[in-house]
Amino acid sequence: MERKFDEELTNLKEKLMQMATLAEESIALAVRSLKERNQDHAQQVFKIEETLNVLDIEIDNLGMRLFALRQPMASDLRLITSSMRIAVELERIGDLAVNIAERSLELLKQPPLKPLIDIPRMAEIAQQMVKDAIDAFVNKNDKLAKSVCERDDEVDDLNDQIFRELLTYMMQDPKTIEKGVELILVGRHLERIADHATNIGEDVIYFVKGKTIKHHCA
Amino acid sequence: MSSKAKIETKNLDFYYGSNKALKNITMVAPKNKVTALIGPSGCGKSTFIRTLNRMNDVIPGTRVEGQVIIDGVNINSQHIDVVELRRKVGMVFQKPNPFPKSIFDNIAYGLRINGMKDKRKIEEIVEKSLREAALWDEVKDRLRDNAFSLSGGQQQRLCIARSLAVDPEVILYDEPCSAIDPIATAKIEDLIQKQKEKYTVVIVTHNMQQAARVSDFTAFMMLGELIEYGETPRLFTNPANKLTEDYITGRFG
Repeated sequence: MERKFDEELTNLKEKLMQMATLAEESIALAVRSLKERNQDHAQQVFKIEETLNVLDIEIDNLGMRLFALRQPMASDLRLITSSMRIAVELERIGDLAVNIAERSLELLKQPPLKPLIDIPRMAEIAQQMVKDAIDAFVNKNDKLAKSVCERDDEVDDLNDQIFRELLTYMMQDPKTIEKGVELILVGRHLERIADHATNIGEDVIYFVKGKTIKHHCA
Repeated sequence: MSSKAKIETKNLDFYYGSNKALKNITMVAPKNKVTALIGPSGCGKSTFIRTLNRMNDVIPGTRVEGQVIIDGVNINSQHIDVVELRRKVGMVFQKPNPFPKSIFDNIAYGLRINGMKDKRKIEEIVEKSLREAALWDEVKDRLRDNAFSLSGGQQQRLCIARSLAVDPEVILYDEPCSAIDPIATAKIEDLIQKQKEKYTVVIVTHNMQQAARVSDFTAFMMLGELIEYGETPRLFTNPANKLTEDYITGRFG
């Protein structure tokens, strides 16, 4: 039976989808601005972040309203709590994309240190993790959510690799240190984005299964 | 479920004539806990709660099969004194039903018919019962007033006090708040949660939020069957059965 309440829940889910799309886009744009040495992309990231903030607050307010007015139970309850948590994660992803875009604007002031390979790869994985986590949410697919959590290690490994590689550049030539540190920070931000995607994966598993796997996700 | 069972039903069937109203109910109400029964109208939850102190005995043409065990004793066996059973297992009904007597006499009545003569003792128990039902402060200066002069919520608490006076061990509530306003409801819910320190409580309610608020365990019934039983927080956040999920999220058409 379709309830009036379902319309409100759909509205909540749609806002979350919108946030997810924007968050994915901002990761891609931030890294493209770096790779293609394009300032406009970085500016777009800043704009997206503002929209993400607004949507985060909207989802929070809507969730609180539904708690107060509907006293949700069971899967409705889990849907609303998970949505509110996921919104926080997506908002943070937007912030981290901004950090990357800022690093990018700094790096654009000088010639590139080296062609970028691993950072775009990391970005691609992180972006896909966010996308899959949200797809898992929409389709109530806990297996896909779990696979998101499992991919976090891959991103961590890439981050370590980037760090080691940049370290060798910086040891050879101290003039590369500034650029090297900026790129290490980019790697670090991407690694954090993957962590937030992992958190979303965990929230999705809670939503689907009613089981908390946070903090010891394999 | 670490607590000991106070009440246990085993393969309980109940018939109104040829109509089977309860089907093979096996359930536990743990000691010093609140157990709530929820389910759509006609699911058998009131019939079930009435089997726990044999209130159905008075309805002609009814029949019980299976066991209702309280403190290890099957209450349907022949040697059971039904009056004593109902002293031990008290009941509060949907609509407040005070006797057409004074506030004081409503509570003293049960004591007097149980043979108590000591006036001071009676006064003591009346006060204690009214205090336990969170009514004392509101009525202490008007104990001789007619019980019908009280508000609906006060009348219901008077009925609770009346059930407490005879020193029960179990209190059965059959939709105790359905005829009273939200403030009075909140008082009674608060009372129920405090009562479990002393009593074992079973409550039938149409109000799911009420079950969620006051109970430790919840049983969901449908068409005379027990569909799901479990700890209340789990049942309301993550029900195991699809029917439970549909009922508590209001998807039943």
